Amino acid sequence: MKTTNPVWKIFVSVKLTVFLLLSLAATSIIGTVIPQNADPEIYFHKFGPFFFRLFEVLGIFDMYHAWWFGLLLFLLITNIVVCSIDRLSGTWKLIFPKNITFNLARFEKLKKKEQFSVDASPGELEGKFTAFAAKKFGRQQVDKTGDGFVVFAEKGRWARLGVYIVHFSVILLIIGAIIGSLFGFKGFVNIPEGESVNSVRIRNSGQVQPLDFTIRNEDFDISFYDTGAPKEFRSSLTILENGQVVLKNDIIVNHPLRYKGISIFMASYGEMAPEKETTHDFSTENIHVNFSIKASGMVYKRKAEIGKPVIIPEGLGTFTLTAFNPAAEFRGQNIGAALMGTLSPAKGEPVEVLLPLHFPNFDKMRRGAVVISVADQKKETFSPMKKEDVRYYSGLEVNSDPGVWVVYSGFIVMILGCFITFFMSHQQICIEVMRKGSKSKVRIMGMANKNKMGMQRQVEKIAAHLGNMR
Amino acid sequence: MNSSQLLSFVTFIYGFAATFYIAAWIFKKTMPAKLAKWAAIGGVILNAAGFFLRWKESYAIGYGHAPLSNMYESLVFFALTIAIIYLFIEIRYKTVVVGAFATPIAFLAMAYASLSPNVSDKIQPLIPALKSNWLIAHVVTCFFGYSAFAVAFGISIMYLIKNRAPDNENGILARLPSLNDLDELTHQMVMFGFLFLSIGIITGAVWANSAWGTYWSWDPKETWSLITWFVYATLLHARMMRGWYGKRIAYLSILGFSAVLFTYFGVNYLPGLHSYGAS
Repeated sequence: MKTTNPVWKIFVSVKLTVFLLLSLAATSIIGTVIPQNADPEIYFHKFGPFFFRLFEVLGIFDMYHAWWFGLLLFLLITNIVVCSIDRLSGTWKLIFPKNITFNLARFEKLKKKEQFSVDASPGELEGKFTAFAAKKFGRQQVDKTGDGFVVFAEKGRWARLGVYIVHFSVILLIIGAIIGSLFGFKGFVNIPEGESVNSVRIRNSGQVQPLDFTIRNEDFDISFYDTGAPKEFRSSLTILENGQVVLKNDIIVNHPLRYKGISIFMASYGEMAPEKETTHDFSTENIHVNFSIKASGMVYKRKAEIGKPVIIPEGLGTFTLTAFNPAAEFRGQNIGAALMGTLSPAKGEPVEVLLPLHFPNFDKMRRGAVVISVADQKKETFSPMKKEDVRYYSGLEVNSDPGVWVVYSGFIVMILGCFITFFMSHQQICIEVMRKGSKSKVRIMGMANKNKMGMQRQVEKIAAHLGNMR
Repeated sequence: MNSSQLLSFVTFIYGFAATFYIAAWIFKKTMPAKLAKWAAIGGVILNAAGFFLRWKESYAIGYGHAPLSNMYESLVFFALTIAIIYLFIEIRYKTVVVGAFATPIAFLAMAYASLSPNVSDKIQPLIPALKSNWLIAHVVTCFFGYSAFAVAFGISIMYLIKNRAPDNENGILARLPSLNDLDELTHQMVMFGFLFLSIGIITGAVWANSAWGTYWSWDPKETWSLITWFVYATLLHARMMRGWYGKRIAYLSILGFSAVLFTYFGVNYLPGLHSYGAS
């Protein structure tokens, strides 16, 4: 499509594609280095007032939803659409021609040709060669020449569409994502065992999203491997409409429940805060803390008191307990009773650490030089397996995404398109036979729009095959 | 013999194959090339045997899952796919020189799995998030992609070495395939890798949607796989549409493989959902 429209000219450029792809790759790194959507206080503490303001203005703390990242994606999509329309309008006639014409001169320009001679006249070879070309390539044409004939054959003309199929799939993905963000929602809800809800909270915004049915959590179960690692989280759910049970199902991670276009996922769990404010037999008067040093593999047990710094062995700095929280939360999940403290390493900034009593490995997540945990926590007291005195809630992810099927079709189209683009090509072959005395001179030439090395090998194979054909 | 011992042994076989491929290239001898090829074939067979033995062992312990769930197991599978893809190239293109640049990567992957103190070869139970039929499809396709990119990386290095004196008719540079062939081979490997990386990302997205209800959440591993995808998409567009060729494609292929390595190893040092790949 020839045009003088300057905007069209910008978007039809593959230089722009390369620039946008590399910009998206480079800027995407930022959000993997700076954790996204964390508490503003954490950012402020980490970056100081100036960079905090700057990053906030640039949307760095939620960069994949920032205006400039969206703009890059929008430019890429425009680029894809414009390029595809522009090129497809040019190649359309090539892909769907009214009638296919073969031109010997174009094959003559090829550098590599296979040649051999056969002890037979062109007349004897014609039938065999045409049948071979028909079988191997399909569409063909035979031209008589002065002292022989030429067979042209081709296949895979439509494979030139592959790249447009891939581009179309990318557009489908974007459309699906937009449908999902406009008409769907991502909510969560914590339901204590035995209780029901008929609304959920929207992630990030915190708004209430009503449901047209009720979810009742009958029971929550957790099982462990003998190594102590969790094996399965299971919630038994009942769906009710107008007080009537319509569906009963257990959900586990990877096996959600779907009802009326809404999916309910097993996401997290927790213990209900004890109703009376006596936290089992845990007393803040007599706390011991374990320091597992990563480098030496040693574990040291030290007495700790809230507000008093403890020296960490092996010169790794000091640790101070700051508070006890009987119902602590981590990323919105209840993790039960926990101690909080400040770790001041020998080098670097102090960090806040959270020590849930039930999860001695929790601090491993920090990937620090020392893993800190609360010592002497009897399993019987704090193991979530003991059901009688613990009441759980199930943390459920409740989503609706009407765009997901558009995205999924985009996935399938993309795989098909990539396969066609990369591994199928429009191949044309030309077999020319000329009388030379009592023999025939055969020339074989082939061309393809892609993978020319592969086509060359194929021509060699065909030559070997036809040369041995009698 | 348990699978860990068998797989440690495979490390040495790959080391042996790599040494002989390099010797065959430098000294222009056919004997080491033959030995190297048989070692590589033996390595693939035993590597696969170790993989399936480990699978069986996990059932014997009672965990019962495909050995694709942690760093050790993924490295073992990575080495296996690299060796398979390399042997395919050797047989199809009838060249042994690529072996000097591809098998060392398989050897390094196995050596890291067997020898690094940070990588535990213990069979661990599957955490609830990994219990899904998508696990096998996701990991297998991702690693075929990674391995094709690894081989493309080796070939790009060959290109840059050869490019220092492309007209040299003697010496070790002359025994490398022609610049044209190396460039074309890089392109073929990148296309193969790109298809599998795309399928890997897609199966991961479908899995994430069935486990957490979102097919994309910008977790660092997802984001880095997308960054890798962008880099190779750039390479493919630059080559097909702008006629980029040779050195620039080789540099992009090396950049792409660094993104692969960061997606594979580096991301474990960032916070996110995929943290179980780290231990």
